[in-house]
This record gives sequence, structure tokens and C-alpha cells, in this order.
Amino acid sequence: MKIRAQIAMVLNLDKCIGCHTCSITCKNVWTSREGVEYAWFNNVETKPGIGYPRDWENQKRWNGGWRRKSNGSIEPRMGAKWRILAKIFANPDLPEIDDYYEPFTFDYEHLQKAPELEAFPTARPRSLITGERMEKIESGPNWEEILGGEFSKRSADYNFECVQKEMYGQFENTFMMYLPRLCEHCLNPACSASCPSGAIYKREEDGVVLIDQDKCRGWRMCISACPYKKIYYNWASGKSEKCILCYPRLEAGMPTVCSETCVGRIRYLGVVLYDADRIEAAASVKDEKKLYSSQLEIFLDPNDPKVIEQARADGVPEPWLEAARKSPVWKMAMEWKVAFPLHPEYRTLPMVWYIPPLSPIQAAAEAGKMGMDGAMPDVKSLRIPLRYLANLLTAGDEAPVALGLERMLAMRAFMRAKNIDGVIDEAVASKVGLTGLQIEEMYKTMAIANYEDRFVIPTTHREWAEDAYDLRGSCGFSFGNGCSDGETPSLFGGNSTPAIRKPEEVG
Amino acid sequence: MADFANHMLFGWYPYLCLTVFLLGSAIRFDREQYSWRSGSSQLLRRKQLLWGSNLFHVGILIIFMGHFFGLLTPIVVFETLGIPHYAKQLLAMVVGGVAGLMCLAGLLLLLHRRLTDARIRNTSSFSDIAILYILLAQLLLGLSTIFVSAHHLDGGEMVRFMTWAQGVFTLRGGNWELIADANPIFKMHLVLGMTIFLIFPFTRLVHIWSAPVWYLGRQGYQVVRTRKSIAPAE
Repeated sequence: MKIRAQIAMVLNLDKCIGCHTCSITCKNVWTSREGVEYAWFNNVETKPGIGYPRDWENQKRWNGGWRRKSNGSIEPRMGAKWRILAKIFANPDLPEIDDYYEPFTFDYEHLQKAPELEAFPTARPRSLITGERMEKIESGPNWEEILGGEFSKRSADYNFECVQKEMYGQFENTFMMYLPRLCEHCLNPACSASCPSGAIYKREEDGVVLIDQDKCRGWRMCISACPYKKIYYNWASGKSEKCILCYPRLEAGMPTVCSETCVGRIRYLGVVLYDADRIEAAASVKDEKKLYSSQLEIFLDPNDPKVIEQARADGVPEPWLEAARKSPVWKMAMEWKVAFPLHPEYRTLPMVWYIPPLSPIQAAAEAGKMGMDGAMPDVKSLRIPLRYLANLLTAGDEAPVALGLERMLAMRAFMRAKNIDGVIDEAVASKVGLTGLQIEEMYKTMAIANYEDRFVIPTTHREWAEDAYDLRGSCGFSFGNGCSDGETPSLFGGNSTPAIRKPEEVG
Repeated sequence: MADFANHMLFGWYPYLCLTVFLLGSAIRFDREQYSWRSGSSQLLRRKQLLWGSNLFHVGILIIFMGHFFGLLTPIVVFETLGIPHYAKQLLAMVVGGVAGLMCLAGLLLLLHRRLTDARIRNTSSFSDIAILYILLAQLLLGLSTIFVSAHHLDGGEMVRFMTWAQGVFTLRGGNWELIADANPIFKMHLVLGMTIFLIFPFTRLVHIWSAPVWYLGRQGYQVVRTRKSIAPAE
């Protein structure tokens, strides 16, 4: 047993209102630069839909994630190491920028500076790559916002597998949910496995997956190998970039920008302990539907004295063990089992967990039958098909998702009985395998969601890891020589910035 | 005058180029590793790249290996193995010719793509385009040497080039005299070839140093970095 700690995230989709504050704040902080205009370390998709980049869940097309071989071991779906190297000159599994969208701006200046015209001046779009006029914007980072576009296109959504999807195209049966997505900081990352340079690594102390920008050579295998398409190629710098889980903030004990700014308070950050020796076995289980439970099994109870003892021996600091005991992620994903990994069938053991959304009851008649006495409706009658959620979160296994949803419904019924009727209804709690106390804690964590309950982040002792004397006066990461901002010309060549021309010049 | 030029170009110029090549690469690697990359433009346009890049790279790798081993393998080795010089020359002409044509086809595809595709054109630096032209010129010169070689199939000329190339590394005095009488096409090919080494550190060519063959030898798949080196014992 080798115990490591990981900072993991839970997103409570039941409370996500799709406001995109997470995406925008993340963008402003990390990707408002040339070369990554099209990249969203965090984006919010409306489901059902094919998402961003287009069709990212279709691994038959992109070959992302892992594949289990007939001998029981796993290898990247892109192929064995020699197969990956053979794709190095031109990678057939790489999306083109149009699969994301061509980044654009508008001729805002034209609105102020246009000469006298017969018609009102307009701000027309212009490509940020070529600087040329774009007659039509074909795609964007949130192209299917609130079910935008035809059902026939959106329904190419991979999660409709085994769902009779035709009926959901009809207005009265339609359903939707939001899916905020970021790097999963997997326990078994396919990006890192496929990086020929070895530039992508997982930090032992907190599990953050990072790309060494100095070591990255732009071989771009990681972009295909990541099944979540959460590694982006910076076309200006020629390096791959990804979500860094705001590690400079985490190290200081602060939540990530996306979590901090989430107005719905849907995001949670906490420490989980896991057994690093069991990663490979957990990712190699034959039956895809068992992958969710096999992943759960490698997490260790932070209250177990044996685990604490071993974790100390493996060098997990004391504050981290304490944080693990208070971890909201442990409670929601492992204790109450209401949060699930996204697409466990990719075998990457993702570490961003999702609480599935409840949805209105399908038929009004059934709605009348439910509720007054605290009895719970059948989760199968919820508007969002159970199978759809299961395809998203448990590789198609409906039972765990159903139990999670039932527990959330039970929480509502229990708290309604308590607050309205003044009754402690233990029967509701025990029906879903919980106690009244647990339900009250669930309520505190998931419904009230105070800041200190959502974010339990121990600080990192950088001074133990690096010699602060050497770091003194250095400038950390910079874009080029020494402390250069990348704008001063270098002997070794810089990037040519596309000339953005004014509308008068192009027409 | 001609002697002076020959002396400079084939006696001294190789050392200038090699020095800049090695020192420049080392300095860039040490000081500006962030700029050390292959510079792929596949994300912006897939068209023409799948064929172009594969043909170009496979072709040029064969050519590079051919030149490297062909020029720098000590002549004794061939004599010991009993490979006659005319046979080696014929092999070089045939393999080099085929690989050269592959490389040429790929290079033309890539050059066309880089010049005509607005996305690629606008994101190209001067050196991105210049290097393609230089490689094109070098490739055409190299292919035309085949026709020159066809006039003397005994391998003697080739042995002179081998002796010269090895002489550069063994610091042989008067080395340049071996080349002095060679066909001007060979001379231009040699000078441009050395120039490619000269400009190497200032272009995207540096990615050649980083060819990730070591990946094949990586144990397992995952890379985990630990930083507990100076943590105090509690």
C-alpha cells in the first residue's frame, strides 16, 4: 500500500444554473492570451449535445483514454508506444481548430471611427488567427447553449446510447442539464502516458496534473489521448496547455478560481487519500460497468487509524490528514455516494466528480401522486432519463445513479418533514440506507454549502520542497528568455503576431 | 582567389557552422527552452499536412541517416566488410533518389500549404518560411548531384567527400584541397548543407535534437514528480 493524497473536486449539477461565471473567470485569469483564445480550461456545456470540442465523447473518432487488451492489461487507445510515435509527423487523431471554433473578435473600433455612412456601422467578426473577415461564425465555445440548434444534430450525443432518443426531440418530452467541464486530474491520466517527451506529470503531493512548459515539444499526442479533450495546443507558442487546478492558489489554501467564483456554490474541493499501488488494477477491470466501483475501492477511509498510520509513513503531512477527514469530496463521493466520476469507461480514473441533477417528474399525474406524506417518487419518472445520466457517469450502470438520486430526494423529504411538519422521519433516511444525522450533514454540505464546508484545502509547504534562497529574485514562469514577457525580440525567434487589419482596409 | 574561397568554405566554414550549431543549441536549450518546440501547425489546418508531413519527414530522415552513416563511417569499415565503393555509391544514388523524391513531394505540399493557407501564412515566422525554401534548394541540389554522379560511377569522388567529412572531425590539415576540384553542384550542396547547421539553432529545426525515441524505453506509462527532498523529519 502506498498512500497518496489528491485534491479532488465535486460539482453539484443539481444546483448548476449554467451562468458560465466559472468559465469566464477562468478564461480571464489563464487563457486570455494569443494562441489559446479558443481554449477554455473550464467550459459549461448544455446536455444533451455534442459539446465542445464537437463530438468530444466519441472515442471511436479521437481515440482518447485507455483500452483494455485481451491479455488484461491496458494501453492508450491511440495504441502502444510505437504506434503513438508513428503518429508524430501528422497525428490522424488530432482535432482541427474548427472542431473547437475559429477564435474571433469584432470590429468594435469601427463603431466609433466609421465615417458618415448611409447605414449604421456594425461590428463584424474577424478571425483572431488570420486577422481576416469572417463572413459567418460557424461555431463557438457554447454553441448549443440551452438546447440551441436542431435536435437531429444535438442528439448525436454519445450518452443517448441505449436510450430511445426520438421521443426526447419532442417539445413536451425535452430535457436538459448543464455540464461544467475541466481537467479531471486523473489518477491514471492518458495524456501523461502518451506524452513522448515526458513533459506531463502528476504531482505526488496533491495530484495536480501539469505540463512542463519547458519540456513540452509540441508533439501533440496528449490532445488526442485525453478523452475529455481538456488539453489544448497553443498555436502561438507551439506547446500544449491545460487546466492547472489553479495550483498557486491551492498551495496557499485557496480554492480554484472557478470554484471561488461559482455563484451557485456548486463546487467543492477536498482531499482524498488513495492507494497508488491499486491504480493499475482499478483501471484494468474487464467489465466497464464495474469501473465506477473499482475506482471507489482505491480510496481509503481517512478516519481509519491504520490508514492514518500508513499515510504518515508515506509522507502525507498531518494537516492533509486532517483535511482528508473533513473532506467534502470524501463525504459526497465515497461516503454518501451521490457524486460520480465523468465517463469512468475511459479508464483514466477521473478526479472531478459530479452529483447528477434531479429533474421534474415526467407526468403531471405522477406528480400529484407524490410528495405530501414524504413518500418519494420513482427516480425512473424523472424527466432526465436515468440511462442518460448513467451513460455519463457510471458507464451505463443505472443502479448507483438511481441510489444517488433517491438519496437526494430523501434529503428533501426528510428536511421538509423536519422543517414544515416538525417530524424527524428516520424511515425516509433508512429507506435509502442513511441515518437522519447523515442526511442533516448532507443537507448542510449540499444545500447550505457554506464556504468552509465546500473548500477544505490544506496549504502546501513549498519551503520544504524548494530552496527558497534559490528562488529569491527569480520570476517563476516567463515567456522566453529570463524574465522576458515574450514581447521583446529574441535571437532565437519569436512568434509573428497576425496583423489585425481595420475594416476600412479589408472591406 | 579560388584557392582562398575553397580554403575558407571547405577548410574553415565547417568549424564555424559546427561551433554555432553546438553552442547555439546548447545556449538556446539552457536559456530559452520555452521556445524549443516542433512548431506544428496541424491544429490550424489538417489538409495537406497528413501526406505532406509524413512524406517529408520519412524522406528526410532516410536522407539524413544516409548522409550521416554514408559520410562518417570510416572507410576501413567498408573495406573490411568487402563493400566496393561503386556499389555503395549506387546504393546511395538509388536510396537517396527515392527518399529525395518522397521528401520533395512532401516539402512541396507543405510549402504550398504554408504559403497559400491564410491561417498558416499569418502565423508563420520569417524563419518558418525561409527554412522551407532553404531545404527545398538543398534538396534540389542534392537530387541534381545524382546526375553528376552518374558520370563517374567508380565511387572515387564519393570517397573524397567521405575523407573530407571525416577530416573535419579529425582536424586533418589541408582538408579543403580534397573538395577544390569537385563539381560546382557538389560544392553548392556542401556549402548550403553547412549553412543549415549554421542557422539550425535559430529555427524550429531544434526539435530534431528532441526526437523522443526514449519514449519507447519508458518503464510503464505514468510520470509522477515528487518534491519531498528537503522536507524536515517530524
